[in-house]
Order: sequence, then structure tokens, then C-alpha cells
Amino acid sequence: MDGSSPITAEPDSYTTEDGRKIGGVVMEMKNITLRFGGVTAIKDISFDIREGEVRAIIGPNGAGKSSMLNVINGFYHPQEGEIWYLGKKRGPMKPYEIARQGIARTFQNIALFRGMTTLDNIMTGRLTKMKSGIFSQAIWKGRAEAEEIEQREKAERVIDFLEIQHIRKAPVGSLPYGLQKRVELGRALVAEPSLLLLDEPMAGMNVEEKEDMSRFILDVNEEFGTTIALIEHDMGVVMDISDRVVVMDYGAKIGDGTPSEVRNNQKVIDAYLGVSHD
Amino acid sequence: MTITQTPSAALPENLNSFPKLLERNANKYGSRPAYREKEFGIWQSWTWTEARDEIHALACGYLTLGVEQGDKIAIAGRNRPHFYWAMIAAQIVGAIPVPVYQDSVADEMAHVMENCGARFAVVQDQEQVDKLLEVADRIPELKQIVYLDPRGMRKYDHSALHNYRDLQAKGREKRKDFDAEIKRRADAVTGDDTAVILYTSGTTGRPKGVVLTNNNVLMTAKNTCEFDNLTENESILAYLPMAWVGDYVFSMAQAMWAGFCVNCPESHDTMQKDLQEVGATYFFAPPRFFEGLLTSVMIRMEDASKTKRKMFNKYIDHAKRIGPALLDGKQVSAGDKLKYKIGQALVYGPLLNATGLSKVRVGYTAGEAIGPEIFEFYRALGINLKQLYGQTEATVFITQQPDGEVQADTVGVPSPGVEIRIADNGEVFYRSPGTFAEYYKNAEATAETKDSEGWVATGDAGFFEPDNGHLRIIDRAKDVGKLNNGSMVAPKYIENKLKFFPDILEAVAFGHERDFCTAFINIDLTAVGNWAERNNIAYASYQELAAHPEVYGTIQNHVEEVNRSLADDPRLYDCQIRRFLVLHKELDADDGEMTRTRKVRRRIIEEKYAPLLTALYDGSESIFIETEVTYEDGRKGVISATLEVRDAVVVAPSAQKVAAE
Repeated sequence: MDGSSPITAEPDSYTTEDGRKIGGVVMEMKNITLRFGGVTAIKDISFDIREGEVRAIIGPNGAGKSSMLNVINGFYHPQEGEIWYLGKKRGPMKPYEIARQGIARTFQNIALFRGMTTLDNIMTGRLTKMKSGIFSQAIWKGRAEAEEIEQREKAERVIDFLEIQHIRKAPVGSLPYGLQKRVELGRALVAEPSLLLLDEPMAGMNVEEKEDMSRFILDVNEEFGTTIALIEHDMGVVMDISDRVVVMDYGAKIGDGTPSEVRNNQKVIDAYLGVSHD
Repeated sequence: MTITQTPSAALPENLNSFPKLLERNANKYGSRPAYREKEFGIWQSWTWTEARDEIHALACGYLTLGVEQGDKIAIAGRNRPHFYWAMIAAQIVGAIPVPVYQDSVADEMAHVMENCGARFAVVQDQEQVDKLLEVADRIPELKQIVYLDPRGMRKYDHSALHNYRDLQAKGREKRKDFDAEIKRRADAVTGDDTAVILYTSGTTGRPKGVVLTNNNVLMTAKNTCEFDNLTENESILAYLPMAWVGDYVFSMAQAMWAGFCVNCPESHDTMQKDLQEVGATYFFAPPRFFEGLLTSVMIRMEDASKTKRKMFNKYIDHAKRIGPALLDGKQVSAGDKLKYKIGQALVYGPLLNATGLSKVRVGYTAGEAIGPEIFEFYRALGINLKQLYGQTEATVFITQQPDGEVQADTVGVPSPGVEIRIADNGEVFYRSPGTFAEYYKNAEATAETKDSEGWVATGDAGFFEPDNGHLRIIDRAKDVGKLNNGSMVAPKYIENKLKFFPDILEAVAFGHERDFCTAFINIDLTAVGNWAERNNIAYASYQELAAHPEVYGTIQNHVEEVNRSLADDPRLYDCQIRRFLVLHKELDADDGEMTRTRKVRRRIIEEKYAPLLTALYDGSESIFIETEVTYEDGRKGVISATLEVRDAVVVAPSAQKVAAE
């Protein structure tokens, strides 16, 4: 984050157990309600995401986590409630406008260009930063060339960071699942987001892949100071890597706090383990 | 029997240390590339002048940390120019570099650090730092750690941790103040000073520190560069572990002596691609590299179109007939030559280019026996692939094959300056300028290995071929055993025969003091997995594939073929494998079953899999086993399996043998 950001440290900014300073509010959700026809997917939820933290949204299947992420992402427009981003109230927006504002995301069911190489996929993450016109791109002179070199350098740094040099020129469709997930993270990362949204980054991974991915998420957060909001199924992973956790169940928020607070929250335990009805 | 090569002249006084060689190279080859590394998708390069600057900056950095003459500096990282610089800079300030295998677990690392008493360490990244911190209480001597990759290091207490580049910057600032001290210390280094301490991979027991002097390594470099006519125009890819003597000799000693460029790959997984881009002219790889490469070529040809496959087979057959002769400069008919030229344009050239070997002028393989067919395949394509025989204690070179005198089953003639003696029991002894000074802090082991006249026991049994004077190695002298009926067993000889099949990655044969021979077998996942895919055989894991009845059948055929070939050998016909099983996991260095250089540790395997071994000899048809495995991060798990034990058909020895019995 650059110094000119409108965020000012607030009194309730905090320091994590491992000594990272968490800043002011980047995004605030106020009383969000989202309906699809007669179905209420999200019921009156409020929470905030602070600068530099790893914020998790968890909950059982159908709790409304992905809908929540899509609201943050601007893909869904809630019927009620306000979203404040970087100190401004956000109206309805197109997804590309959101992307330009510095929010990048990955998808639960990998949405890469399968026939393109890792490098090309990652380069697409820089598209919002490219300014040269179609004509100068076509003749490949001057600005277009300089810009491509600059973007390529950014992409290469991300490739180096995620340790995927060996698949740089491989079509992503041919890669194993865990690596595809990493490429997707790379594409989101190369956009240099101020808020990174991860939709089930560990879904379908084996233990080793999960460990790798956790490591990368923490490294991204630490090295680039990127604020991360993630949805995750795997409770163990969430508790290990996030600073604060929002717990949802049937569209409502049932808990919010540090992993240890959430773990001891009776409502959360009931939602996950079930409760006897006698 | 003793065979001696003419001893070579001593080292010139002005070239008997690494600091002096660095000066010479910077002056003589100043603008030529000295080091290259692929990073961020581009080959970054440093000329000799630039390298000298980087190395001096680091040397000054060492001084700011308080490195004293005689201090040991441990170095743990993958092949990167920065670590080669760290070794040269160490010698400039009068310290001794001790490269450590970067994939060794914390305990192994602690042993090495404890033994050499390193006060400083230059390591790659957080992973290595963590390992050192984990065993910090065992190595109180260690004062300062320098790391190259700052990623993830922000939260660490930096009172004893330093970023490599920051240290260089600090060194550059103090350059003026330290100039005189640097010069004094560098000039004080002579040929008799220790150049490096290299820890042996420890096929038996704890690793021992082999002390090599400047004279050892630089004399060897000089002799061998002359032997193969290596000049400043060579280019090599440094990809083998830095703690292994081979990499030290090729990428440090020979590179510095001849002044050629050392190229470092981008990552472990990109090595093949990087090799292709660099176009190395001087290349070393262990036999398993060539085996793996050939397997992957063959797999890809299986998937190629019919026309291509036909063309490939036709010209490869021709190359196998003509290629080796052409390479050795023998007479070949004009028609055959022309056909070879066409093959070169259509098949060999593109194939070599894809494998990255097209510019290799001098190629070596060593460490294990290489399958004759594999060896001949590469030579047929026109690669001057040769074999050498060596060990850490000899600064690698004991024997090597001269151009034009290459055979698959020998290891060549004594290297320049090396004397070789074969003892009565067949054990090979040598004495050479490269012979190590001592095992560090282990006079007892030194005395056991090296006698007062400087002869070193290799522990290998072998003999000189009477017709051409080439050395042939049979097995480890101590591994050659006897069956209960008194006939000789050479387990490694059997294992090598098995391993020449692409489906078999590793084999461990038993027989000493037993009634007959048996073997454990590891399948090669690449080859067998591909075969399974083509034959629609589904499998979920290595274990499942290994236990598949059809896989067992294939392996049985291989074992029986080995038996047939053993039956022809009058000395070894009793070594035929009567019973075998396919292991449920790959033998792994992390589990202590192999050395870091991937040699099987026979005794450990024998202990660990004792129930399996019993099953091989008590006639049972299957056996249940639980095995502890160690994951890369040091955690442990257990895998269990029920393994099938099979009987293999044994071929009757030839008629006169039976009569003799």
C-alpha cells in the first residue's frame, strides 16, 4: 500500500501474535443482505477487513461464503447494506472496474485459460495495467515493447516467488491440479492487488499441496503486505494461517474473531459438529 | 601389479591457490563470462572481472563478521554463483569452505557442523536457516549465518543473521580499510593449505570430512584439463550437489584452472531445459541421468506417429552400428558415412538438441555401472561419452578413458599422475597428487585408509584388462561374498544387470552366507507408469502399481533373463536369483536407505526389511510389512503392505559344470 492511501490508523488497529502490525480498515461490509428471488443467501452481515491481515470466511456447505466473496468482488450486488472500500462507499460496479481498484481473486473451480501457457496466463493478470493501444501492440514498437518488457518482468518475479519456473512454458491444461491453483494465485498476484480474494485455495489438495499453498499465502502476506480475504473449508488450515475469522451459517454471521476465540465459540462448535435437538 | 602414469610437473608458484587463480582469470579473461545463472527467465551473467568484484565484496563482508584465518565456513545451497563465490571468498580471507548437502536433514547437518566446528554458515534460504536454528544447541561454535534468499526471513531475530547482499554492500563500503588485510591473507594461502573439506556420503557409518589441499585439487585440475584439452572456451552446467566432490572439481577447480564458464540452472526442475539453452560442451552426469533420459526418449517415441517411429528405429539402428566406430576414428565405408550424415540431419541432430547434449565435446559418467546398451546409445549418436572411476579421497580422478579408447565395461587407464596397484585379494589401491591429506579430526580412519607410503585403499575389487590395460571394477571388495556352498556372489554385479532394464529403478541382491540368491526390486515409476497408461491399467499409488500382477509378471521376465545371462558365466552361475519381491516404496535417502548420491545402503536395508528377507528364504508366498517413512520436512509416517514373494525360474548351468559337480 502506498502512503497516499486514505486509510489512517485507527485506535482498534492491532498487532498479531507474530508481531505484524495490522492497519486500518480496507473494506467494511455494513448490514449486507443478498437475496436470489425468495432465497436469502446472506442475512444482515457486517464485518471489516483490515490492512495487512489474513481474514478468513468459514462455514459449513451452503453457508453463503462464496456469495459473500462475490459481493466483496462486486459480482453480486446486495439488495441491502453498504460496502465501504478504501474509505469510500462503493456503488454497483462492473467486475473489471473492481479489478482496476486493486481487488484480485482466484476461483474455487480454477478459471485459467487452459490452452495457454503458465506465463501467458500470468501475463493476463497485468492486462489492466497495459495502456498501449491495439495499433502499437500490432507493430510492436516503442511503448508496446517497453510495456511488455516491464510486464514480463513483473510476471517473472511472481513465477520466481511461486517456484513455478519449470512450468513457465507448459500449457496449464496439462498441469496437475495443485500447480494450476498456484498459477491462478500467480495471475491474481501479478495484478499487485491491495486486496486479494481466495476462493477455497486448498480445495481438492493433498496434505503436501495444502502445506505449500499455506506457505505461499503467508509469504504473499508477509513479503508484499497484501491484505488477504479467503474462504476455506479446511478448518485446520484456516486456524493456522488467518488472523481473524468470520463464521457463517445459513447466511448469517455466527462468529467473528481470532482463531482461538472462534474455536471456543459455542455457536460455531454447534454449526460444525451439529447439536442435539432434545 | 602396479601401473603408473608419468608424474606431472608441480604447480607454478603463482597459481597454487584459488585467490591467485581468480586474479589471473580476471586479468587474462576479464571480459569473458565466468558465471551465469538463469533467474527471472533470463540468463544473468558475470564476467571474470565482475565475479572478482563480487567475491572481494563478500570477502570484505566476511571480515566485518570477524572471520579469522583457519575458520570453517559451512555452505549449504543449490548451485548458484553466489555459493561458488562464497567458497572462493572464504579462501581469500584464509578460511576453509565446507560445502554441506542442502537436502540433508537437520541431524545430518548438525553432525557435519559439529565435526568441522564451523563458526559461520552461508546458506540458501529460510529452510536452511531453520535447520541450523533447530540444532543450534548442538553447534554452539556457530556464530553467524548468512542467507541468500531473504524471503520469509523478516520476522527472524537478526542479531546473528545476515542477508548475503547486505553483507556484500557492507563489505564494499569497507573495501578501502580492508584492502591490505585481504591482500595479506590471500597471499598467505599456499598450495599446502586446505582448499576444502568435503564430507563423504557415508555408504558406511557417519560421514567423514575429507581434507583436500590446494595442491590436491589444483594439480588434479591441471592434469585432467590437459588430459581432455579443456580450455576457457568450455561451458558447463553446474547442477550436481555442491557438497559432492565432483561438482567441486568440475565447477570450482577445473573451471578456475581453465577459466571456463559455470552455468547454474534456474531451479532443480528446469535442469533439462537449461542444459539445452546453455549448450554445455563439458558435461558430467551419473548413469541414472542417462538412463532416465533414454527412458523418456523411448517413451516419447512410443507415442510418436508411425512414420516417425519407423525413421527413428531405422537410423538409430544404423547409428548403433556405425556411430561408435566413427567416434573412435576407425575406418567406415563411404556409404555408411553418408547414411550416418542423413541420420544426423533427420534424427540424431534434432534428438541431441532436444536432450541438450548437442554441443557436448567431452562427457563423463561415473559412480555406478552404466548399462552397455545405454552407453553405446549415446556414443552412437556421436556424443563423446566416457567413463571415469574415482572417489572423494582421490579428488575424483583415479582412472578415466582417453578419447578413442572407450568401452562400456571398463573405467579406463590411470589418470595423469596416478599410480595404481592391485592387491592379491583384488582390491584396488592408488597413489596420486590428488590423494587427500587426511580425514578431518579422525587420524584413526586416515591411518586405516591411507598407508605411510601414501597408498589409498579404494575398497573396490577389480583387475586390469590384459589386452589394453584398462581397469575393470567388479564390486565393492567387502560386498563380494560367498554362498553357503562356497561359490562367489557379487551382489552389485547382479543388481546392475537388473537395473539395466528400464522398468527397474533399483535392486538389492542378497546371497552372502545364504543358500541361494534373492533380490528386492524397485520399479521405475516413469517407465512402468507409462506402460500402465498405454495398457489401460489403473493405479492410485506407487504401492498399488508395484503390486500389480502384470507388473510382477514383467519383472519376473526380467529376473529370469538376468538368470539366463548369469548361467553363461562359469564363475557366477550360482548367483541366479531364485526368489524376489517388488518393494512397496521407493528406496529413499530421507529414510536412510540410500546415500545422498543414491547408492543403496545394503546393511541398513537388510536390517530394516528383515521380515521381507526372512520371507525370501523361508518359502512363504506373501508377507505383511509396516515401514516407517520420513517426509521431506522431517515428519514421519507409516505405510503398510502385503507383498507377494515370487519364485524365478533358474537356468541349469552348462553341461560340463553339472558333470563337475
